[in-house]
Amino acid sequence: MTGPRVWARDLAMGARFAVTGGREGWLRTALTAVGVGIGVALLLVMTSVPEALEAREKRASAREPLSAGTPMAAGPTTLLFQPADTVYRGRDIGGALLRPEGPRAPKPPGVAELPGPGEMVVSPALARLLRSADAELLKERLPYRITGTIGDQGLVGPDELAYYAGSDRLVVRGPGTSPPYGAARIDAFDRPAWPHPMRPELKVLVGMACAVLLMPVAVLIGTAVRFGGERRDRRLAALRLVGADSRMTRRVAAGEALSGSLLGLVVGAGFFLVARRFAPSVSFYSVGVFPSDVVPCVLAAVSIAVAVPVGAVLVSWFALRGVAIEPLGVVRETARGPRRLWWRILLPVVGLALLIPPDGKAPGLYGGWITGYQAAAGAVLLMAGVAALLPWLVGAFVARLRGGPPSWQLAVRRLQLDSGPASRAVSGILVAVAGAISLQMLLAGTWLFLPVFKDDGHGPVVTAGRYLPSGGDARDLTETFRATKGVRQAVGHITFEASRNNSGGVVSVAVADCATLRELAELDSCTDGDVFTGPYARPGMELSLPSRGREKRRWTVPASAVTGTRPREDSLGRGGVSGVLATPGALDTRGLPDVSAVVRMRLDPSSPWALEYVRNTAARVDPAIDVFDTGFRPKEEDTDYWVLLRSLPAGAALTLALIAVSLMLATHEQLRERKRALATLSAFGTRTSTVALSVIWQTAIPVVLGMALAVASGVALGWTMLTLVSRPVKDWFAFLPVVGWGLGVIALITAAALPTLWRLTRPDGLRAD
Amino acid sequence: MSIGHTLLGLLEAGPRHGYDLKRAFDERFGQDRPLHYGQVYSTMSRLLKNGLVEVEGIEQGGGPDRKRYAITDAGVTDVEHWLAQPEKPEPYLQSTLYTKIVLALLTGRDAARLLDAQRAEHLRLMRALTERKRAGDLADQLICDHALFHLEADLRWLELTAARLGQLAKSVGA
Amino acid sequence: MTPAGSLLAGTGLRKAYGPTTALDGAEFSVHPGEIVALMGPSGSGKSTLLHCLAGIVRPDAGFVGYDGQDLTGMSDAERSALRRTDFGFVFQFGQLVPELTCVENVALPLRLSGVRRRAAEDRALEWLERLKVEDVRTRRPGEISGGQQQRVAVARALVTRPRVIFADEPTGALDSLNGELVMDLLSDAARKAHAAVVLVTHDVRVAAYSDREVVVRDGRATDMAGAI
Repeated sequence: MTGPRVWARDLAMGARFAVTGGREGWLRTALTAVGVGIGVALLLVMTSVPEALEAREKRASAREPLSAGTPMAAGPTTLLFQPADTVYRGRDIGGALLRPEGPRAPKPPGVAELPGPGEMVVSPALARLLRSADAELLKERLPYRITGTIGDQGLVGPDELAYYAGSDRLVVRGPGTSPPYGAARIDAFDRPAWPHPMRPELKVLVGMACAVLLMPVAVLIGTAVRFGGERRDRRLAALRLVGADSRMTRRVAAGEALSGSLLGLVVGAGFFLVARRFAPSVSFYSVGVFPSDVVPCVLAAVSIAVAVPVGAVLVSWFALRGVAIEPLGVVRETARGPRRLWWRILLPVVGLALLIPPDGKAPGLYGGWITGYQAAAGAVLLMAGVAALLPWLVGAFVARLRGGPPSWQLAVRRLQLDSGPASRAVSGILVAVAGAISLQMLLAGTWLFLPVFKDDGHGPVVTAGRYLPSGGDARDLTETFRATKGVRQAVGHITFEASRNNSGGVVSVAVADCATLRELAELDSCTDGDVFTGPYARPGMELSLPSRGREKRRWTVPASAVTGTRPREDSLGRGGVSGVLATPGALDTRGLPDVSAVVRMRLDPSSPWALEYVRNTAARVDPAIDVFDTGFRPKEEDTDYWVLLRSLPAGAALTLALIAVSLMLATHEQLRERKRALATLSAFGTRTSTVALSVIWQTAIPVVLGMALAVASGVALGWTMLTLVSRPVKDWFAFLPVVGWGLGVIALITAAALPTLWRLTRPDGLRAD
Repeated sequence: MSIGHTLLGLLEAGPRHGYDLKRAFDERFGQDRPLHYGQVYSTMSRLLKNGLVEVEGIEQGGGPDRKRYAITDAGVTDVEHWLAQPEKPEPYLQSTLYTKIVLALLTGRDAARLLDAQRAEHLRLMRALTERKRAGDLADQLICDHALFHLEADLRWLELTAARLGQLAKSVGA
Repeated sequence: MTPAGSLLAGTGLRKAYGPTTALDGAEFSVHPGEIVALMGPSGSGKSTLLHCLAGIVRPDAGFVGYDGQDLTGMSDAERSALRRTDFGFVFQFGQLVPELTCVENVALPLRLSGVRRRAAEDRALEWLERLKVEDVRTRRPGEISGGQQQRVAVARALVTRPRVIFADEPTGALDSLNGELVMDLLSDAARKAHAAVVLVTHDVRVAAYSDREVVVRDGRATDMAGAI
């Protein structure tokens, strides 16, 4: 027979072994398929994430209004568009007011018919929210009749809250108004997605995170294709007895691994299809994902479909290394050379070198000397090095152990004889744990955003800002809010930025009466006509006030201004004083264009709906009023790709659980191998607890060593990752929960081994021979 | 091998003529060594003299071959005793043992007990030999080993026969 | 409960594994210092009888008496303790803990009974010397011959100075010469220690080391002394 036909024959024979062989054979193949399948599903999900994000981004930009660069006249194809986003009970609601100016006005994606005045179309999730019992205040804010639904193509995710309302009162943004305020006149949607490049450090982090997750998946797949290895070896020995040569046995082994992993691919695809149905409950920017968006890119899918079976075959060959399959049985080369240290050390060193910037300085938030690939490679090398270091470490450690009670002696001697299987199994845990620790640290480290105003127990503080295109004062607005239900106190001032005449740069200016200024800053005395300065302004400084046209209004900070004014820590003023504080007698803001009225409010802490009343008031006055909850802690993962990272420890935990399952199987197999010795031990009166303890030691020694190594390397990797993005380490003990999981795994494995142990130490073990 | 005990045993099944006895013996035990008629005659007269058999009747026509022999109570006791007595373990014992087993089966006695007794006898000798061997020099050891291996072979045969007693009983028609 | 003068005796022992009856009313007794061979065809129940007598298996019915105590009435922990102190075991193969060195294997029963490591290993070494395998003391079972392994196992069975040694086909995996050596050493040592031996074997030349032979057939035991 020719080469390819020989190969085909042997591979087919291996495949047959994989699916025949009774219940046991099926179980083994099923385990392999499920293990590989979970790994494959994880890989598919991972490669789908960028695709899903891109699909969302595309739809998000498709509904952005496209305004021509030059002013446009009203016509049959124009539409006035004013964003009217709001927040309801902590949930963002995207919205816009629309006013078609002609019969062929453009429609946003997903909207079949433009809503008329007083009408709106809503996303299904918003429709549900409006129907729910606690939406009374939201209904007040959106007093429109629902006439339609926004289709999926107009939404980023299935649970996005969005509406488009018709309005006949919209006015087009006048010349000179700054972009965010007033309605825009547009004739099309779908602004070309302007490249929204990932920030470089995010690329680094995503690369590392993927690598960190990829390693346990690789370990998992590697473990899964080794299930039932003992039995397979014996079967191959039987083949040798009837005349197969050693190359043929290797081909048969490859066939077995291949069919298991191919089955795993199918199972994995199935798992993936099931898993993506849960996409809506996974949030990016607090909006869930459409299952239809979760599609791996073709290249990635093809690579997985090729790499997994090839990897499986390589792993099975690797497992046969050092094993001579002879016709009369399997000979393991027990006398292996001493474990070499140098390459085990080299791997993590090279990995770290790839991660640490050459000049030893962190690149800072926007520094970009490092690519995502380099970071990923560094992280992979570090993890792989740690995994490779463990067998050496365990070997070197147990070689020095002496004495102890019999259970300890049994375990130590066992590990001294061959610690390979134990530490190999544990290195899977190790990689998952080290990865999870570094991510945990990273996430704890990124959790740095503090609320603008800390809760002092006197009630939440919120700020409302309104743009005043032609100037004015804050009195009316302040009164309106003060009269709103749930508001205890409201102070308003006018604020704007003034440019410095000589040096460029801007200084912020706040104008309010003395009573209000006292709320904002520590003032010894105040009468109308006084001026105060913060750290960025000084008396005599010349400023240009906002103005229309070419003529500039100049204003000089009076020499009498009080310097060194500090904000009041205990009240509404925090963060408000950096430039100039002026009383209306010193600086008149009426007729001053492009200023903002800012109202700071203290709400009644006993009224949970106070904030919503404030928002309703704001919406009634002007949908463009921005109500900012200064006590709200913005979630960084809502604003960037952090959610990806947050889901990774969960993924690592899942992987850990899977590795625990495979370790349990390995322990079970190992116990069965030692059936006779165990039964004899029990015959001459060994307590089962002694043997159980030895099993615990035997697992615990490598796991504890592995944990120590995992914590060290995980902390090192986490520190490196944080340094890369210039964040301080906030939680050095982020590893504690992960260590808990690891100990849980030891407990689980031991507990799962106990029934087998009970059975094997019964004298039935002596019987069957 | 004791022809007298064998013939006595055969008579236990019922009275027979001398000629029938010879034929029965030849059939079961005399594969390559048929009995002479004279041997039967002399044996029967010895048994008669010892009161182990009696002549039940003489058929018309006279002649020694016309006598019908029957076993006496003393004869039955004699057979009993002979069967229960294990043979002294010695080489080429099988034919005697075989005869005894078949007779035991034919006369409805417990052949397994007979085998067990023989086993015990063999083992007793083996113990003695093992003891001697352990105390003795190399020459002693080698000599004892030779005997031990022979005894072991006998014992294996006994084991196997014990395992096949049912089969044997069927084939001898007992 | 036990026949007069006997050290260990079983009466009316029954044991079934599922549908298979292994013992069907077996009787057995052994006197102090006596070596009794348990013989019988494969599957006759001789190993089960040994396991019942040693308190490894609890019989479905019947009694095992040892030195005035009812073994069948004891808890598992009590029987285990008894096995540690009063009984020794030698099996056919695979009985030494593969990870431990020979001297550690022999010392193990002592250590399980709470003897300190140094003392236990000193005594273990004495027994290895007595069984003429002291030169393999630091080797692991996988590195020595089958005959040496079995002698180490005998040393391990004897190290606690047991009153009864249970040996189940102790020479089953050995050639004649090595089997003989092991039996010589085992029976000598047992006699010197005045230990009783219950010896399961199908090999009559091994059984010849015994004082008495009991044949097990179809789950019943027959004392050959009574058959004569």
